[in-house]
Amino acid sequence: MSETVESAEAQGPEADKGESNARRETIRRIVQGDLASLRVVIGLALIWIIFQSQNDRFLSAENLTNLGLQITAVGLISVGIVYVLLLGEIDLSVGAVSGLAAAVMAVLNVKHGWNPYLAIGAAVLVGCAIGFLQGFLFSRFGVPSFVVTLAGLLAWQGALLQVLGSTGSLNINDPKITGLANTFYSDAVGWIFAAVAIAAYGAVLAIGYKRRRDAGLAAENPTSLIVRFVLVAAVVIAAILVFNSDRGLPLAILILVGFVVGMEYVVKMTRFGRHVYAVGGNAEAARRAGISVNGIRVVVFSIAGTMAAIGGIMAASRLLAVNQNSGGNELLLLAIAGPVIAGTSLFGGRGSVWTALLGALVIGSISNGMDLLALSSAVKFMVTGGVLLLAVLVDAVARQQRQTSGRV
Amino acid sequence: MASGAPLLELEKVSKRFGPVQALDRVDFAVHAGEVVGLVGDNGAGKSTMVKTIAGIYTADEGTIRFDGEEVRIKGPQDATELGIATVYQDLALCDNLDVVANLFLGREEVAPGPGQVSRQLDEANMEHQTSDLLSNLAVTIPSLRSEVGTLSGGQRQQVAVARSLLGEPKVVLLDEPTAALGVAQTQQVLKLIRRLRERELGVVVISHNLADVFEVADRIFVLRLGRAGGEFDAQQTTEEHVVGAITGLGEKDNGGGEQAERAEVEAEKREEER
Repeated sequence: MSETVESAEAQGPEADKGESNARRETIRRIVQGDLASLRVVIGLALIWIIFQSQNDRFLSAENLTNLGLQITAVGLISVGIVYVLLLGEIDLSVGAVSGLAAAVMAVLNVKHGWNPYLAIGAAVLVGCAIGFLQGFLFSRFGVPSFVVTLAGLLAWQGALLQVLGSTGSLNINDPKITGLANTFYSDAVGWIFAAVAIAAYGAVLAIGYKRRRDAGLAAENPTSLIVRFVLVAAVVIAAILVFNSDRGLPLAILILVGFVVGMEYVVKMTRFGRHVYAVGGNAEAARRAGISVNGIRVVVFSIAGTMAAIGGIMAASRLLAVNQNSGGNELLLLAIAGPVIAGTSLFGGRGSVWTALLGALVIGSISNGMDLLALSSAVKFMVTGGVLLLAVLVDAVARQQRQTSGRV
Repeated sequence: MASGAPLLELEKVSKRFGPVQALDRVDFAVHAGEVVGLVGDNGAGKSTMVKTIAGIYTADEGTIRFDGEEVRIKGPQDATELGIATVYQDLALCDNLDVVANLFLGREEVAPGPGQVSRQLDEANMEHQTSDLLSNLAVTIPSLRSEVGTLSGGQRQQVAVARSLLGEPKVVLLDEPTAALGVAQTQQVLKLIRRLRERELGVVVISHNLADVFEVADRIFVLRLGRAGGEFDAQQTTEEHVVGAITGLGEKDNGGGEQAERAEVEAEKREEER
C-alpha cells in the first residue's frame, strides 16, 4: 500500500518541491489574479489610443485632469461597493444615498447656516446610519440584500425630494465645500506629494521583504520588487507631470486615491479585511471559525453607505449644487459596473479596492471620450452596457474555469 | 498503545430526539496516543455521539470525563476550550483564501508595533508557523499561498486536520476523513492520522470504510441502534466480526458482543444502585 502512495506522490504535482513550485504558483497567480488587472490596464490603454486617434485633445493634460475630476464621485462610491461585492452581496441604494447625503449637507449649510465641516460630518453620518440600518435588516432578518437596498433606493430618493423641499435645487456657495472638488495645488506641492508617495511605497515594499526574509520565508524576487517599484513611481510621476501642466494636482484626486489606498490596506492587511473575504468565500466556514458573520455584514454595509455619502458630497462640490437628480441617473450602475469591469467578482470573495479606481477610469474614459466625439446618449449607454456585459462574461467564464480546474 | 486513564470518557451517555433514542447509555473512552475507529450503520448514532462530544448537542443523561475530571460540555466553545477539536466532513474551508489564511481563520495573529491599531495581520509569522506545523506533520502542499480551492481533496482534508491542531487540542474527532478520496489521497490522510497518534493525541475516526479503519485504528468501537455494539482490538479481530457487530448478526460468536452485553448488564446494575 505504501509503495502505491510514494509512487503516486512522485508522479503528483506535490512531489516537486521548492523553487519550481514557487515559480509555478507565481505564474498561476499572475494568470488568475494579477492578469485580471493587467487585462484591464491593456484594455484601458486601447481605449485611450482609440480616442486619441479620433480626437487629439483626449490625452491633453486638461482633458486628463477633467477625467480625474469626473471619476472622483463614482470611484469613491465604488470603494464601498467593492466591500459589498466581496461579501457576495449587492447594494442598490448607494446612488440614492449619495444624493440624500449631499442634500443633507447642502440644506444644513445653506438653509440652516451650519459650519461646512459640521454639515459634511452630518452628511457622512447619515450615509453611515443608512448603511447600518440596511445591513442590520439584511443580516438580522435574512432579507436578501438586493431587496433591502432596492427598497432603500426608492425610499432614499423620496427622502432626497423631502429634504430639498419645494425649491428642488440648492446652490452651494461655501468655499470650504466647493473647494473639495475645485482646489488645485501648486507644482511644488504636487512634487512633494509624489516624493512622499513614492518613498512610502518603497518603504512598504522594503519592510515587507525584510520581514519575510527575517522570518526565514521565501521572499519575493528582488528584481520583481524593483520592477513594481519603478512602475508605480513612473505612474505617479507621469500623473503629476500631467496635472502640473494643467491646473495642478487636484485635491479631489488626492481624496480618491487616499481612500482607495486606505481601504485597500484595510481589506488586504487587517483582520477585519480577512474576515470580509472569509464571509464572502464561505460564510458557514467563517461562522464556525468564530467570526461574527452578521457583525461583518453590518460593518460592510455601513462602509458602503459612508463611501456613498462621501462620493455624493464630492459630486455636489463639483457641480456646486444639489438637485432632485443628484445621485440619480446611471450613477448607481456605473459605481457597480466599474469594480466588476476591473476584476472584482460579483459572486463574492474575490477582488480588491484597487478595481474601484481602475474600473472608474475605464468607464470614465469611455464616457469622456464619447463626449469629446459628440456621440449621442443612445450610443454612450449602449457602449457602456456592452463593456459591462463583456466584463461580467469574463468574470463568469473565469469562475467556471476555476470550478472545473479547482479540485484536480 | 493505550495506557493509563482515558483522556476522554463517556459514561452511560444518552441523547433523545423526541421519540428517537439516538444514544442509549453509551460508554466510550479514548486514551492519549490511541486511534479509535467509530463505526456503525447509518442512523446508529455515530454523528450524534461526535456532536455530543463536540458540544453541538448536550447529553440528556450520563457523564463525560476529560482528563479524569467530570465536565459539562454545553456548546462548541466548551469543547474547544477543553481541547477537543472536530473536523467535519464538509471541512468548512474558504476556497478563496490561501492555506495560511484558512489555517488561522478566526484566530489571525496581529503584527506587533503600529499595525496593532488597525489589527494588521502578521502574515510572516503565520506563514512561518504554518510551514512548521505542516512539515512537522509531513503534509506536502505545493505552496502555502495557493488558494485552498485549487488543492486536491486529500490536501484539503489535511489542511482541515492541520487547522484543528492549531488550538493544541488533546482529542481530535474526524468525521469521515477518507470519504470521497482516491487511493493515494486516502493513504496520505491515514498517514496524517498516524502522526496525530505519534503526537500523543487521542483520535476518534468515524468511517464507513472498514478497510481504512482497520488500517489506522488501534481499537474499533461499534455503535448499533444507539447502543454500544461491541469493542474490538483492531489487531486481533477480522472484518467479518466487526460487520457482524454492525449489522447485529452473529453477536454470540464474538467477544465484542459479550463485552457490549456485559456493559449493558453493568449499566443496569448501576441504575438499580441509584
